[in-house]
Amino acid sequence: MLLTLVILLPAVSALALLTIPSSQPETIRRAGFAAALIVFMLSLGLLWQFESNAAGYQFESDLPWIGIPDIHFHLGIDGISLWLILLTTFLMPIALLASWGITERVKAFFCLFLLLETGMMGVFASLDLFLFYVFWEVSLVPMYFIIGVWGHGRRVYAAIKFFLFTMAGSTLMLVAIVWLYRAAHTFSVPALLAHRELFSGPEQGWLFLAFFVAFAIKVPMFPLHTWLPDAHTEAPTAGSVMLAAVMLKMGTYGMVRFCLPLFPEAAGRHAPWIIALALIGIVYGALVAMVQPNIKKLVAYSSVSHLGFVVLGVFAFNQIAMDGAVYQMLNHGISTGGLFLLVGMLYDRRHRFEIAEYGGLSTPMPIYTSFFLFVTLSSIGLPLLNGFVGEFLVLVGASQARFVYSIIAGTATILSAVYMLWMYQRVFLGENTNPANANLPDLSLREKTVAIPVMAMALIMGVASGWFFKPMEASTARVVKQTGVPAHVKNAAPATYEGGTR
Amino acid sequence: METTTPQLWILPALPLLGAAINGFFGKRQSRAFIGGVACSTVGLAFLYAVYLFFTAGVGDTPRIDYIAPWISAGSFHADFSLYLDPLSMLMTLVVTGVGFLIHVYATEYMAHEDGFYRFFCYLNLFMFFMLTLVLAGNYLLLFVGWEGVGLCSYLLIGFYYLKQSAIIAGKKAFVVNRIGDFGFTLAMLLIIGTAGSLDYGTVFKAFQNAPVENGVGAVTIICLLLMMGACGKSAQVPLYVWLPDAMEGPTPVSALIHAATMVTAGVYMVARSSHLFVKSPVAMEVVAVIGCITCIFAATIGLVQTDIKRVLAYSTVSQLGYMFLGCGVGAFSAGVFHLMTHAFFKALLFLGAGSVITAMHHEQEMGAMGGLRKKIPTTFMTMLLACLAISGIPPFAGFFSKDEILWSAWHNGHPWLWLGGSITAGMTAFYMFRLLFLTFFGEPRSDHAQHAHESPSTMTVPLICLAVLSVIGGWIGVPKALGGSAHFEHFLEPSLARVPVEFSAYARASGSDPIDIPRPNPEPAEPEEPGAERLFSLIAVVIGASGIGLAYYAYVVKPETGQKLSAQFHGAYRVLLNKYYVDELYEVLFLKSTTAVSREVLWHAVDETVIDGAANGVGSTARAMGGFARLMQSGFIRSYAAWVLFGAVGALFYMILQWAK
Repeated sequence: MLLTLVILLPAVSALALLTIPSSQPETIRRAGFAAALIVFMLSLGLLWQFESNAAGYQFESDLPWIGIPDIHFHLGIDGISLWLILLTTFLMPIALLASWGITERVKAFFCLFLLLETGMMGVFASLDLFLFYVFWEVSLVPMYFIIGVWGHGRRVYAAIKFFLFTMAGSTLMLVAIVWLYRAAHTFSVPALLAHRELFSGPEQGWLFLAFFVAFAIKVPMFPLHTWLPDAHTEAPTAGSVMLAAVMLKMGTYGMVRFCLPLFPEAAGRHAPWIIALALIGIVYGALVAMVQPNIKKLVAYSSVSHLGFVVLGVFAFNQIAMDGAVYQMLNHGISTGGLFLLVGMLYDRRHRFEIAEYGGLSTPMPIYTSFFLFVTLSSIGLPLLNGFVGEFLVLVGASQARFVYSIIAGTATILSAVYMLWMYQRVFLGENTNPANANLPDLSLREKTVAIPVMAMALIMGVASGWFFKPMEASTARVVKQTGVPAHVKNAAPATYEGGTR
Repeated sequence: METTTPQLWILPALPLLGAAINGFFGKRQSRAFIGGVACSTVGLAFLYAVYLFFTAGVGDTPRIDYIAPWISAGSFHADFSLYLDPLSMLMTLVVTGVGFLIHVYATEYMAHEDGFYRFFCYLNLFMFFMLTLVLAGNYLLLFVGWEGVGLCSYLLIGFYYLKQSAIIAGKKAFVVNRIGDFGFTLAMLLIIGTAGSLDYGTVFKAFQNAPVENGVGAVTIICLLLMMGACGKSAQVPLYVWLPDAMEGPTPVSALIHAATMVTAGVYMVARSSHLFVKSPVAMEVVAVIGCITCIFAATIGLVQTDIKRVLAYSTVSQLGYMFLGCGVGAFSAGVFHLMTHAFFKALLFLGAGSVITAMHHEQEMGAMGGLRKKIPTTFMTMLLACLAISGIPPFAGFFSKDEILWSAWHNGHPWLWLGGSITAGMTAFYMFRLLFLTFFGEPRSDHAQHAHESPSTMTVPLICLAVLSVIGGWIGVPKALGGSAHFEHFLEPSLARVPVEFSAYARASGSDPIDIPRPNPEPAEPEEPGAERLFSLIAVVIGASGIGLAYYAYVVKPETGQKLSAQFHGAYRVLLNKYYVDELYEVLFLKSTTAVSREVLWHAVDETVIDGAANGVGSTARAMGGFARLMQSGFIRSYAAWVLFGAVGALFYMILQWAK
């Protein structure tokens, strides 16, 4: 019940917000923020009650929804879903607090975000494929409006591009879902997993691809990524944050939850070129990020690079890589979410994203500068901050599949330092170069409140990763076990024996 | 295990506490408070290290202080655990001891700078990471310190953040280090693949039992990748380019980070991994050759530099080369010995240079100095001692350590490396005394030099302490051939691996290939040829003395000689002055080409033209959708709800059709 409550409460709150007259924007903001905060508190209850060592689904509730075809309102989470839901509930109040500057159609803005929250959490908790699809679409539409209505510059173009790319993918996925239903007469994920033989013939390859392309677009993987820089750049701050931090994870989550366990042979067969694309994405995203003249675009391309790590980890088919991949999903949410939050604060002051507009910001805005540096370091994987743990584990896992994967992916650690520090240098260091920036106010109390929890989380996740791995190990192990080790994966590690101080 | 368990975590925790206090509250505090916090935390750490040295029974068995779990995923574990053995004990003493003196010095040197609290926060943070690096109980935690000191180096080089050259130097340092770290990371991955763990105990045991590798195999690759990391951190060819530029940082930073401690981390890491390196003759050879090339190469550049800190920077690169040369020829303890003595005299040289620069009102060009001997006598005397030490004149510290490295090179069958090291020793003596004579002798060549004043005692006392160490620091490692007892080598013995007999150069020189028979623990050879060792010491002293003599002739007796020479060998002089144009080469090869390809090919051509072009081709539909989208936006929530419903109903309809078939 708690899970259903957590997932539906935002949508219900959105309906409640409708009753507040539009003439009281401050009340709407506060109510919306309070709702998101309460959802976060409740979601902590999920963590509290979660059985850490159990691999199965917890908080399961299964209600028949539509009789024919047999669609259930079937929710349940394992350790992987748990953290993605917590990531969502953690960032939502922060993103809303960062949106105090929105003055147009406040009510619609806050309602859409709460609706978005329900959609995204539903995606992570659905155990019924059709329900999954509904939530997938439900989350798509609010984001479309968020970009299209409250975005910047070429917002309509960006929104439509986002919408079309994602729709193209989800149509394919819908076809595959229907096919599965015809084969197995159920949408239930656990039931499908138990009867994989019903769709393990030659059609498995096509089914896998249909799901995979839908997810690959969402991630986004090279070469399906070009909607992302536009969507990110034009979206309002909170939109970019939720898009980067959570929505992209819907793609990688889908791969972990569906592509691998449902179609293990196909996943194994296709893994080599998928990994190749992931590796290209890692290097390509970093190189293109390096030459971006626009801060937000730079961060967007860096996402392509970071998400490449996740896909690499998922398709390396071993426990360490899978742990690293899931951790990297959370890390990217925190680090890139944090970067977008901070860039948004700059935009609120100057309404510009071009790096060339800035220079020497550390003089007027010292606190902002140190915050930005901190999040930058988390993004480039400095040890003791979050990014390092996931990145390193993915590299370890990938090296055990094939060492060359790690060599190529590892170059991103050099390139990320180049593009992030170069941008940091041009925006913050040196003499102030633009008179328009000379008197910018430093962060307000509200803005500090927005940034500090994100930074604290980056530090906690870097130092105490055990807290995060503990509830999720059993689940990642199960996914790895369900998938098995495909024949093509050579074990690069010879006589491996267990080590450790204890 | 009868002695008390050492609470090792206290060592890094103290400076971390200092950094936190100054970082969060320092802005509103007095300078006395900030300096007090910074110095006392490091001072206490030093005292605790001394206490441990005497009570913890540092000996054959390493002591492990397990603090907390860190990462545990699948079969991979890495913990926060600290590791005390002779090597880390020595490093801790050097880092905290020299670090403390430099902290004290810096309270005066930085007294009038803005951002005083920021400076000491970074400096303490550096101490935290450096102690983490040397005390770590596994490679991953070492890497934490490794990257952390890199970060502090970045922050401190760019301390004067309004100055473009300083900012660029900081970023350059970080990025070049990351290239090395890339190698280090890959090495760790391979170590995990081979030993299943990154804990020193497990790793060393796994490699101790491995056979010596004939040719290039897994162990060699691991060692070469580790060396790549060391090349970045310890500024070896080809990754040395960041260190000279790092002199943009405040001088105490140059002394602490870019001379005495951080840049020696690579040497420490190689010595720490000696159990791996001794299994790979190829990797050892590479380490020695890189060290030798670096020490010659940097020394030649040092000959002609005119900025006092730049001379010292190239000298540091060169001396680090010696340390790798020592490790590479199998004399790990000699390499670490030189690391320690170098920490004393090079920290002293930098702090002395800082004192000169303060006296000169921030003039760093030696051309404007001269005649400072009488104006700042304490600085002069201490720097003189340091110059004697670095030039390898007995009985000063540098003599013993350098001598041992050169002797080991010869003795272990590397006559060419010995020759390279010896030539460098001559150049070292020359350029150091060139620096000394240009700065302190002759007539003052500017107003500032004319009116220079000695620095206050907060600065001179650390100079004197380091001068004492530069004189006596080598006495603990006097080799048996020179009548000593090689205390230093014996102390470090439990930490370092010995080169297996069958891999000695003798075996290779004789052309046979008997590398397959592993003999893990051969007895240490007694100095069988004390006569030869003494002879080589004498040669080294003669070379050092001639370097000094030459410098005396060229810069004191006939001061115009230098200009004549540079005019005569104009081409060579230009090349040296411009540091062989390596920076320019790297810029074109790596920076310009990468950014150009990324911008023109990857971004504009691939991303914007090909991929987006294809997408837009599909999506002339997008234009049609535009109208549709506006339609959707109008009624907003209601139409949006309708839209979702429409989609869902459509899907349902399709499904029912399918199902009904």
